[in-house]
Amino acid sequence: MGMTMTEKILAAHCGASLVRPGQYIWASVDGTALISGSSGLAAIRRLEKLGVARLFDSDKVYVVDDHLAPAPTVEAANAMTEIRRFVKKYGVTHFFDWGRHGILHELFPNHGYVSPGDLIASVDSHSTSYGCFNVASCSLNEELVLVLALGKLWLRVPESIKCVLHGRLAGAEGFVVGKDVALYLAGKYGTDAALYKSIEFVGPAVHQMSMASRFSIANMAAELGAKFGIFPCDDKTLEYLDGKMRRPPLPTALDSDAAYAKVYEVDVTDLPPYVARPHDPGRSVPVTDVEGDHLRITQAFLGTCTNGRMEDFRMAASVLKGRSVHRDVRLIVTPASQAIWSQCLKEGIWNVFSDAGALITGSTCGACSGLHMGVLADKDICISSGPRNFLGRMGSEQAEVYLANPATVVASAVAGEIVDPRRFL
Amino acid sequence: MSETSDLPHATRFSGRVWTFGDHISTDVMMPGSKVLAHPNITPEEAASHCMSANRPGWSAQVRKGDIIVAGRNFGCGSSRPAPRLLRTLGISVAVADSMARVFFRNCIHVGFPALLCPGVSKVFEEGQVAEVDMETGAVMNLTTGQRLQAEPLEPGTPPYDILQAGGLDQYLLHVLRKR
Repeated sequence: MGMTMTEKILAAHCGASLVRPGQYIWASVDGTALISGSSGLAAIRRLEKLGVARLFDSDKVYVVDDHLAPAPTVEAANAMTEIRRFVKKYGVTHFFDWGRHGILHELFPNHGYVSPGDLIASVDSHSTSYGCFNVASCSLNEELVLVLALGKLWLRVPESIKCVLHGRLAGAEGFVVGKDVALYLAGKYGTDAALYKSIEFVGPAVHQMSMASRFSIANMAAELGAKFGIFPCDDKTLEYLDGKMRRPPLPTALDSDAAYAKVYEVDVTDLPPYVARPHDPGRSVPVTDVEGDHLRITQAFLGTCTNGRMEDFRMAASVLKGRSVHRDVRLIVTPASQAIWSQCLKEGIWNVFSDAGALITGSTCGACSGLHMGVLADKDICISSGPRNFLGRMGSEQAEVYLANPATVVASAVAGEIVDPRRFL
Repeated sequence: MSETSDLPHATRFSGRVWTFGDHISTDVMMPGSKVLAHPNITPEEAASHCMSANRPGWSAQVRKGDIIVAGRNFGCGSSRPAPRLLRTLGISVAVADSMARVFFRNCIHVGFPALLCPGVSKVFEEGQVAEVDMETGAVMNLTTGQRLQAEPLEPGTPPYDILQAGGLDQYLLHVLRKR
């Protein structure tokens, strides 16, 4: 019997020719990350307390301040001083300070963090994102210390789910993107559908859709509970990573006789934009179901590791061009990286947003995780292009968050209530 | 790296039960705006905000040795180290129908006992007394006499050894000394 993509990548990283679900392995990782905030700080302090003088490979540890960039408080500023000291002391080569920074998942692949066939174990639950590059990537937190010290972690080889995406996704031109597929899957199969499992996305629509759409789906594999969310490697993958990789790609395909715990068959051809109601990404419905409710919003948020890239901003700008943000709404726009900020400047996208009355921030995880730069007040109702809308996620526990794609977010910002962006096509 | 030794930590717990439903996220356990935004927050201050969004006042009611019984996907969402807060509050063990994988791993790695026991949310009501045996996987409702059998961590596996060591740092200290 053959192996899934997940099993092949894990086998290659534990020195085995074959692994099977349920088996415990110690796997060597190709990369890990340390980010701002209490978790990064705790890891540094624990590492020093344990007397670990060297990182397993200072060239495979990427460090960035994304959650609290730039520092909103003296406390956060001091924490960054400690992280900068760590970077110098341990000789970390890949550190991205403010102005060269970004949200880790967008930033790092552009700087050689991943190659197809890699195993990544990284802080932040959306570390599943790298799966769009044919990488087995899982999140971690407490065991960052272990990975920093030894470059290894234990894993239980997961069962895999095969998610076959048929048809053609409308894409940015039609205002239906990977985000909508992710919200649809969370609603249809449940946010614990892939708990302890790997989900592998295959089928014609996978190859037809953009890298940005694949990224959003792999990113939100976390919202299906998945350990990994893996895409195949194709020409688009290699084209995206061309000139960026620091290791030769080892594209990994599933075997035709690989065993899957479940198979999902989904045709995305007629998929409408989706919206998740508060307070769970799994409470998702077509935007057309929500539109009739005339849900007034107070804030719209465009950004995050899920939907803060060029495709998202170009699509949103096409909706917003020549229009204004509704007088009762604040539209906050946060690019996923400084490089995207610069590109938006060059393409005139910032002019469109600024003319419409949007507030443009630097790159940060801030508003999405309720930290800074757009935290919600009591009774706020926000539509966000982010991945999560749990109770209290973006600030006040009395606020409500709806999740949607970037076009829906800005269309709603213009209308003052949640609307189908396709009316602006 | 596998290392088996005598059990240095308690593996059997009994205590008053707090019940929680399905999909309790780490956003409500460890709110970003109140905890993550403050990198140097004390453990006690952080723990005081635990579940404040869904159950205001709960953290002050928890007594040492209490047990959490939860539904599906306990600890979903962010990978933030929420089990530390439950431990700081005095919770001895968390048992759930299922748990989010990073949350479950975080439990193991801080030496906080967590047991996956499908169906457990159906046999407990709040305030009843539970007995949980991490070694055998037996979960007893001492109030009603109902008994469930969970799959315990298998001896000799990394999570078993790490939990036994009292957490990752203790385990790692042992591994590093041997190098």
